[in-house]
Amino acid sequence: MFRPLIIIRRIPNIDFMGLHRLGFALSALMTLGSIVLFLAQGLNYGIDFSGGTLIEARTPGPADLARMRSTLDGLGLGEVSLQSFGGPDDVLIRVARQPGDDRAQMQAVAKVKAALPADIDYRRTEVVGPKVGGELIQAGVIATVLALVAIALYVWLRFEWQFGVGAMLSTLHDTVTTVGLFSLLQIEFNLTTLAAILTIAGYSVNDTVVIYDRVRETLRKYKTMDFRTLINKSLNETLSRTILTVSTVALAVLSLLFFGGAVLRGFSIAMLWGVVVGTYSSLFIAAPILYYIRPRRASQPKEGETPPAETQRVS
Amino acid sequence: MLYFPKWLVTLILAICLAGVVMTIPNLFAQQTVERWPAFLPRKQVSLGLDLRGGSYLLYEVDMRSVLTERLNNILDGLREAFRTARIGYTGLAAEGDHVAFTLREPERIEEVRATVKKLDPDLEMTAGATGAVTLKFNDVALQRVQQQIVDQSIEIVRRRIDETGTKEPTIQREGADRIVLELPGVEDPEFVKRILGKTAKMTFQLVDENAAPGDKSRLPAGDEILPLKDSHGAPGATIVVQKRVMVSGDTLTDAQATFDQYGAPAVNFKFDTVGARRFGEATKSNVGKRFAIVLDNAVISAPVIREAILGGQGIITGSFTSESANELALQLRAGALPAPLVALEERTVGPDLGADSIHAGALASIVAVILVVVFMLVFYGFFGLFADIALMFNLCLMMATLSLLGATLTLPGIAGIALTLGMAVDANVLIYERLREELRGGRSLISSLQAGFERAFGTIFDSHLTTLVAGFLMFFLGSGPVKGFAVTLSIGVVTSLFSAILITRLQIVTWLRRTKPKTIPI
Repeated sequence: MFRPLIIIRRIPNIDFMGLHRLGFALSALMTLGSIVLFLAQGLNYGIDFSGGTLIEARTPGPADLARMRSTLDGLGLGEVSLQSFGGPDDVLIRVARQPGDDRAQMQAVAKVKAALPADIDYRRTEVVGPKVGGELIQAGVIATVLALVAIALYVWLRFEWQFGVGAMLSTLHDTVTTVGLFSLLQIEFNLTTLAAILTIAGYSVNDTVVIYDRVRETLRKYKTMDFRTLINKSLNETLSRTILTVSTVALAVLSLLFFGGAVLRGFSIAMLWGVVVGTYSSLFIAAPILYYIRPRRASQPKEGETPPAETQRVS
Repeated sequence: MLYFPKWLVTLILAICLAGVVMTIPNLFAQQTVERWPAFLPRKQVSLGLDLRGGSYLLYEVDMRSVLTERLNNILDGLREAFRTARIGYTGLAAEGDHVAFTLREPERIEEVRATVKKLDPDLEMTAGATGAVTLKFNDVALQRVQQQIVDQSIEIVRRRIDETGTKEPTIQREGADRIVLELPGVEDPEFVKRILGKTAKMTFQLVDENAAPGDKSRLPAGDEILPLKDSHGAPGATIVVQKRVMVSGDTLTDAQATFDQYGAPAVNFKFDTVGARRFGEATKSNVGKRFAIVLDNAVISAPVIREAILGGQGIITGSFTSESANELALQLRAGALPAPLVALEERTVGPDLGADSIHAGALASIVAVILVVVFMLVFYGFFGLFADIALMFNLCLMMATLSLLGATLTLPGIAGIALTLGMAVDANVLIYERLREELRGGRSLISSLQAGFERAFGTIFDSHLTTLVAGFLMFFLGSGPVKGFAVTLSIGVVTSLFSAILITRLQIVTWLRRTKPKTIPI
């Protein structure tokens, strides 16, 4: 039997509340920055949302991007972008949305395929008409907003409204900054990215809930402890768990990032950011917010809430 | 919390066993599994098109054209009825979704109302004081028609796809007026798109030899001008035909591509008994005249009737290539689509990319599992082993549930599995951290364990449920890849709740009973 490696042997005493102003400032800056970036340069929408055509092709031997580009530019299909994708033989061809109806999009594919040499292997072809793209954006926005509201409601029901507000704000912060990151790096924003954002929302609340659970417990245990100490105590007591959990999730995400292939790259980047920022926001936003909108202290006297540490429970 | 009744132990073990057993088929190739005897589990996780390769096509049934057609029929019907009843009107026309006209004698409105009712009971009539009338289909009728048209379309699409020999196609309605086609193994959907690209409505109508084409103003009532697209027709040529349909294509029982006597591609067709009789009668009384074969509102051939055609068979020659003859024959065999289909979305993944994605996804998942397993061993030692065993069962239970539900595994779905594995051990972390804390607080071993499980349970439950909320929203509002991800994520949340709480606990309790330790190695 081997001994576990215990990183935090004694409960630490970090003054999280002392750092919270810094955290608020940083978060406000990141959130504002994200909004400005989103408005100024927008997102690099994948064809799922913008409509248009995407072709992943594999050329025999390294692809001559310049020549392919000049061939395709001559077709008069508007903006055509080429980029290598994964290996040197793989090319991602993106054709902007064609003016006209959904039929025009389909014809563009035929034109591209006819213009390129015959020995190219088309690994993937995706054509999305403008109609579907618009609907997907709408559904995506609705899903995200509903997720935030549902999460806030759930936390409110299980805790109190102050916790609901805190959870929603910190989750909102995480989703907004993820969008900001995608705008900043101009990584393709597609349906899978959207899935990542919703998962981030779920994960972020997960993390927040664990901490809130501890805050609530401490609130009931120490009826007179001041809020500042109380929040600090809760965060420190759960810190070991926070670090271990963020590590295991990050390990899973990192293996997706490095081994999951090019298709999942955007998803993995979003998730990696989400895991980090989700943890950060639980510590520096969700918990300190409670300091400002204080939950009521003496809550309904229920079984299990009064015993201080020394009371033995009968097992 | 530390007591397990016998039945619960049995149940947990049974579920774990079932999970392992039902995961096994997924480790083998499909062909191998199909040969297994029937008592063995044979259900496998079905792979999405992004993993196995194939085409996904989304079509919209173009209801506008159906509406326009129906409104035009109403127009014809009204003209006829007004003429016989001697009702004067002006400005009769179809505009968008309604028909409008103005009565010369507004006092005869009741008479008109009765006429309209007889013509089509689904019409809603609104009349202004000055005799202005608009007719519109009521919403219920529109919905009913849409339902019918989409159902019919799906049926015809299915028949056409079956004719192409595509294996295991999935054809489903989506929303009110859309059809989703999933065609595994289809690498180039061009052919499928071509054969779905036409409604293939065919009719046989008489050519009106007396009317000159191109003179629209003197077009006799009951005639229409159609483009002529036969072999010798110049581009832009037109022909005048009678609107009345001699025989329509829905009476065809068979059509085959063939060659005419000059060796040019042609399409051979056969009528059913009703069609054969009608066609026989019509040709008998019109010998020497020409009839037009109208396909999708264009005349593709207009041969002269040399003698009555009584055998119920015929041949269409025209400007066919052998491919287009094949396509038309297929379309005629499968039947006409009630409305045109508009392609909205197309996604095709080649088999190579699919295989690459499976490899990448599997590799990433395996690496994730190994990393998490090692991590838990390093940080929790012996208790980490319990968590790792629970994690393995969790993985099996996920695969088993996916197989059992017949859910489709997509690449984002694999990402969901890898991610869930990372998140699943959170439950163990919560329990163990609590346990350490209680032990540090000086509690006895048993009561620490008790408290660890008990206190952590609420937290685990809450945190899992919030993830489940996100999963459900993704499932109901997302499409395609998002759905696939939502399925594995949600299943993973449920199975990890089970494995972390019950499987881990059962292991620890059993270990406690067996060894009766004085201290816990955590």
